[in-house]
Formats: sequence, C-alpha cells, structure tokens
Amino acid sequence: MGRVLREKYTRQPTPFCPGCGHGIFLNAFLHAVDELGLDFDKTVFVSGIGCGAWVPSPHFQADTLHVTHGRAVAFATGVKTANPDLNVIVIGGDGDIATIGGNHLIHAARRNLPLKVFCLNNFLYGMTGGQVSATTPQGDITSTTRQGNPERPFDLVDLARGAGAPYVARFPVSQPRKLKRGIINALSFDQFAFMDVLSLCPTQYGRANRAKRGYEGPSMIWSMLEHQKGTVAPREKLDSENPEGKIPIGEWYAES
Amino acid sequence: MPRNKTFAVTLDQDLCKGSDCYICVNACPKGVLAEGERITSKGLRPAQVKDPDACTGCRICETLCPDLAITISDTSQAATTVPAVGRRQPASPSSGGWTTSPGALKPGPHYMMGDDACAEGAIAAGCAFYAGYPITPASEIMLRMATRLPETGGVFVQMEDEIASMAAVIGASWSGLKGMTATAGPGFSLMMENIGYACMTETPCVVVDIQRAGPSTGQASRPASGDIMQAKWGTHGGVEIIALVPWSVQEMYDLTIRAFNLSERFRVPVILLGDAIVGHLRESFHVEETVELFDRAKVPGAPPFGTEEEAGVPPMPAFGQGERLLITGSTHNEFGIRKTADPEVQQRLVRRLSRKIVAHLDEITDYELYYEDDAQRMVIAYGSTARSALWAVKRARDHGEKVGMLRLKSIWPFPGEVIRQWGDACQELIVPETNLGQVSQLVQQHATTPVSLVSQTNGEIMDPRRVTDFLLDGRTKLAS
Ligand code: SF4
Ligand code: SF4
Ligand code: SF4
Repeated sequence: MGRVLREKYTRQPTPFCPGCGHGIFLNAFLHAVDELGLDFDKTVFVSGIGCGAWVPSPHFQADTLHVTHGRAVAFATGVKTANPDLNVIVIGGDGDIATIGGNHLIHAARRNLPLKVFCLNNFLYGMTGGQVSATTPQGDITSTTRQGNPERPFDLVDLARGAGAPYVARFPVSQPRKLKRGIINALSFDQFAFMDVLSLCPTQYGRANRAKRGYEGPSMIWSMLEHQKGTVAPREKLDSENPEGKIPIGEWYAES
Repeated sequence: MPRNKTFAVTLDQDLCKGSDCYICVNACPKGVLAEGERITSKGLRPAQVKDPDACTGCRICETLCPDLAITISDTSQAATTVPAVGRRQPASPSSGGWTTSPGALKPGPHYMMGDDACAEGAIAAGCAFYAGYPITPASEIMLRMATRLPETGGVFVQMEDEIASMAAVIGASWSGLKGMTATAGPGFSLMMENIGYACMTETPCVVVDIQRAGPSTGQASRPASGDIMQAKWGTHGGVEIIALVPWSVQEMYDLTIRAFNLSERFRVPVILLGDAIVGHLRESFHVEETVELFDRAKVPGAPPFGTEEEAGVPPMPAFGQGERLLITGSTHNEFGIRKTADPEVQQRLVRRLSRKIVAHLDEITDYELYYEDDAQRMVIAYGSTARSALWAVKRARDHGEKVGMLRLKSIWPFPGEVIRQWGDACQELIVPETNLGQVSQLVQQHATTPVSLVSQTNGEIMDPRRVTDFLLDGRTKLAS
C-alpha cells in the first residue's frame, strides 16, 4: 500500500522530521481516501501555516489552497459555499486551527457547512520553534514556558461539541487503524465534521518533555507512541469519574 | 513451524528517514525489520528488511510509517498495479475577455443610496458571492447583497469577522465565482493580511471601503479619506493594487462594475474607496441598457502563476476542474510550487505582480477635467471632496480666477504622469482632502509646480467655503 498511496495521491515526499506524527496521520488519511474512493479531482484541501498545514500542500495531488495562518477554515467556507459539489477538507495544526484560528473553528461548527476539519494536535507550535499553544497541557515544557505551562489547555472535543459540531472525534496516531476508520466516518459524514487528531512532535515536544514524560529508549518517537497509547481510552470505557485521567478517544455524534 | 512465505516486504530506503524514526523496527512483532547498516549521502541510516520470510503480513509497519516507505504485498495474489493517475480532466477552456451583458436593473433612471447602488453595480458586474461583517457606514451594501444574491442565484455569507470575510471571498474566487466584500476603517484594517494574500495569489476580488473618520473607531458615521495610503500600503511587503474613488451615486454603481472588470482583467484585488458621504447619499443615477464585462481566462494546462511576458496576467482555472492547483501565499513558481529561498523566482514574481499593473496604467487610469482650458491653477480632488471642490472652483471663476479641476476616479496606481503634465501647465496645484494630506504628498512627488494642501479633519464633508476662500485668498479663513 505504501507505494500505491504514494504514487496515486502524493506529489513528493514530505520534509517532516523523522518519525513525525503528522506523517503517520498522512499515511492513515491516504489509506482512508483509498478505501473510500474519494475523488481527488473534486476535492480541495485548504490549509494554513505550520507543520500540520504541510500535510496536504504541496503533497496531495488535488487542488490545494495554502493560506494565511489560522484562516484555513474561513477560506474553506468560501470555497464550499461557492461550489457545494467540491469536497472541502481542512488539515492543520493546533496552533493554526485552534489557537490563532479558534474563532473560525467555532463559527464553522456552528454554521454546520459540510466541511471536514482535521486538527493535528501536537500540543505546541512545531515549525516556529516549540512555543506553547492553546492545547499545551498545563505544566508541560515549551520554548516559551520553560518552567511549565501555567495556563489550562482547550479540550478540542469539548470545544467543537460546545460550538455545535454534529460529528466530533478524537483519535491518536498511535492507533492508526482506529484513526483511519474515524477519518472514513468523518469524510462520509454529510455535515460538519471535526477531528482532534492526537499527533506527536518528537523534535519540539518530545525533546522538551523527554525527562518529564519519561520518553525512554533509543527511539524517542517509539517511546512517545507507546506513551500515547497508555494515556488514551475509548470514551465508552471511561466512566464519568475517569480516575486515571485518561484522554477519551472515539466519536461523538450529536443526538439529532 | 514451517509456513508458506506469502508476503513481500519492500522498504524504500530513499524515503526512509532513518535512525531518529525506526518506528517500524520497534513495531514489527516478528523482527522482520532492523536498524540499518548503510549511511546514506544525507547522513541517514535507513531501516532495512532483515528477515523477510518471517513476515506475517500484519501490516503494522506499513500503517505506521510516516513516510509511506514500506509496502507489504501478498505474493500469493497478483501484484498490485497502481492505476494510471495523472490523467487530468481538462478544465472547460474559456479564453475569458470582454462580453456584453444585459444589466441587472431596468435601464433608465434610478434613485437610491450610494451603498445600494454599489451593491447593484456588483450584481450587474456578475458578482455571485458576498461575504461580510456589519460595520457603519458600509452595512447597507451587505444588507442589499443579502437580498439580491439569493434572487440572482448567488451566495451570501455573513462571516464572524472581516478577516474571515476576506478569506471567504478569496476561497470563492478560486471556486470560480466573482466575489466581493465591503467594510470601513477598522474592518479594512483587519482585511489587510488577506488582501496581501490575494495580491500574491493573483486572486480577483473587490473590496469596498466606505471610509469613515478615524483613526481607530473615530467617528463611525462621519466621512473622511484617511485610508488612501492604507489601500496600497496597508498590507505588508509592498504590492501594486488598483483603487478607484467614486464621487457620486452614479459612480458607486459604475465604478463597482469597473472594479470587477479590472480585478478579472489583472487578477488583483480592486479597492473601491468610497466614503460616508457617497455611501449614504441618495441621488438619481442612470442605468445603461447593457454592461461590458471582463471575465478571467480559464486555460487548461497553462501555468496559473506565470507568463513569458514580464508584465503578463496568467490564466486562472477554478477548483474542481482537475487542474490540481497549488495555490500558496509563499513565493512560488509559475505552477505554484513553493520556492521560498530562490532569489530569482522571488524577484521575478514580485516584479511581475507589480509590472502587470503599472505597465497597463493607460488601461486603468481614469479622471475627469473641469474648466481646464484656461486654467492657471488646478484643483486636484477626488471622492466626495471633489463635489465641494467643484462648487468652489465655480465660485472662484465667478470672481474671475482662472481655476480648473482634475478629478481622480482611479487613485492606485497613482497617475503621476497626468499630474506632472498638469503641474507643468499650471502655476499651482491645490489638493483639498479630508485627511492630513495623503494625495497632496503624491502630487508633490510628481509635480514641479507648488502644491498646496487644503486639509479638513473634522469628520464633516469638505466645507466648500474653505476651498473657495483658499482659491480667492490663497489661504483658509475657516478655523482648522
Ligand atoms: S517540528 Fe514537530 S511537527 Fe514539525 S515536522 Fe518536526 S516533528 Fe513534525
Ligand atoms: S517507519 Fe518508515 S521512515 Fe521510519 S524507519 Fe521505518 S521505514 Fe524508515
Ligand atoms: S507486515 Fe507485520 S510482520 Fe511484516 S514486516 Fe510489517 S510489521 Fe513485520
């Protein structure tokens, strides 16, 4: 499949760091696209600025609109309303979509156009040097919070659901098959869909939090993947108490 | 236990990013994949297939590899053939250009507010998309578009702010529709980054700025012309842009149509710089039987971001036509491929974005002359101020002064050559403005004759007596 997906859907290899979680998402996304038979000639990928935004542009062999930082969802709104026949998909990071662009995200969820928004959440700004973002967990080390992040993060699932998104999901890159299934569901959904993709940034987040999180072994990214698996649990399995503080993963459909 | 070997494991070492990854090496439950021994020219040590016979085909490695470097194939089945791709459905070719269209309003006289006439001009020009955010004194444009677009099969969206409005208009333009937004001072400031994006990506769109008294929130319903410089210099990096300045309800209609035509012709945002006077004024205007419209060229396969010519305007296909467009605000070559460290591509792009406008100054520049035949002094005026100025010129002529007037209808690119000629032909140029002197500075740059500024910044329409007094006495009598 690796070769098939590369040749069918991509233009060139990515410039991502070795082991970047965004690459694992890209892999799962193209598996989903292929299984679904999504027509790339009728699909527009809109992305802003940051490592996550580079997943579709310049890599996917579809129409790509690589826009200003944080505004991808707003551009996508124009693309989709002007031509509803197009599949319009936004892919970007937590800095882009949920921090500088948070306003556009909640309004798109409220507006409920059939856009698909994938937020590759690696808990900080990767490309610009590992600064704190709106999803950095409290206490985590970033280049602008050397003593640990004093602020509380957004829970993007709660945020999107609170804003009215009828499909919200969260999947980790450490479980690529579940992630792929979720992507298929999001892409096939007929309304607005938002996914908080738990990604991983070994270069910025991994290095800064290696000691704190105990990412051990020669392959830091492998350790991060293992660690990520241990911090999540299917939302159905978590009772309301959630004593271990696990991050719920799965899908939330609005009861309608 | 012996087992039939049924899986082939291919690991493309050119794609593998090596020892800082090794996700596959750690993930494979059968020890098929191993750390590499060979160091590549890039200094990477790619993973390798060590024990292919042990592969059970679980595909864990294949689904986790961030670089799609691993392919597992079932050798008991026919080899997977990649379907031929790269077959692009060609866009429906359209060479674009001028056409004549019946207007949207009944031909003949109409009576309405300037903001409404602007909306009607947009509809007549083929505008099919509007995104906006409420703001005084431009909201009436949005209100009318909210009614008119659904009637004419277009799309209207009220966005969450002006940043989003500008973004949505650009997105819609690439979906193939002519789009517009309208705003005023604070909203215009918010649009600046995406206006620059539209310049860089050569996206046709129309932005109406109904100028109000600033700075900041200022006086929301009062007129001024403080955004002249902002229209050109507000976005970072330095770009050429086109801006038109209407002085009447008639021109709120006519110049909106012209703004769309110029934006399609040159693939550039065109700014219509109205003000609270021409926006809210009600007067009659005339609608012609037909409208001349320009449409962007949609030529399949042609590079959408480059031309042989140094001052060329490339064709612009739309999304969904199989062109697989790469559109980016980063520096790019003629196919949209990012070239963020190539000095030649940067220079060529920046040059062409500028040259495609300034080399066509003749096509863009628009002005009107009054009493110019015997003029020894010329008033240079624009927008609603020109209404006061013309009244003043007439009074001054009643007193025997040989004064004429040049009224600018296009302000960017600045028609410096026209100004130079009139400067040479006259003894003085007088620029009345409802700002602290923006166009007067430009006039000064281009004229060798003395240039005088008549400035008024009290949030009122230019007082005609202020200009008259200046023309008669050479100085303003009214308190500033
Ligand atoms: S900086 Fe982080 S997110 Fe960006 S490519 Fe490198 S690993 Fe990935
Ligand atoms: S997962 Fe892919 S990139 Fe990483 S080491 Fe294995 S083959 Fe190389
Ligand atoms: S398919 Fe499974 S067994 Fe085969 S190499 Fe990959 S991870 Fe190992």
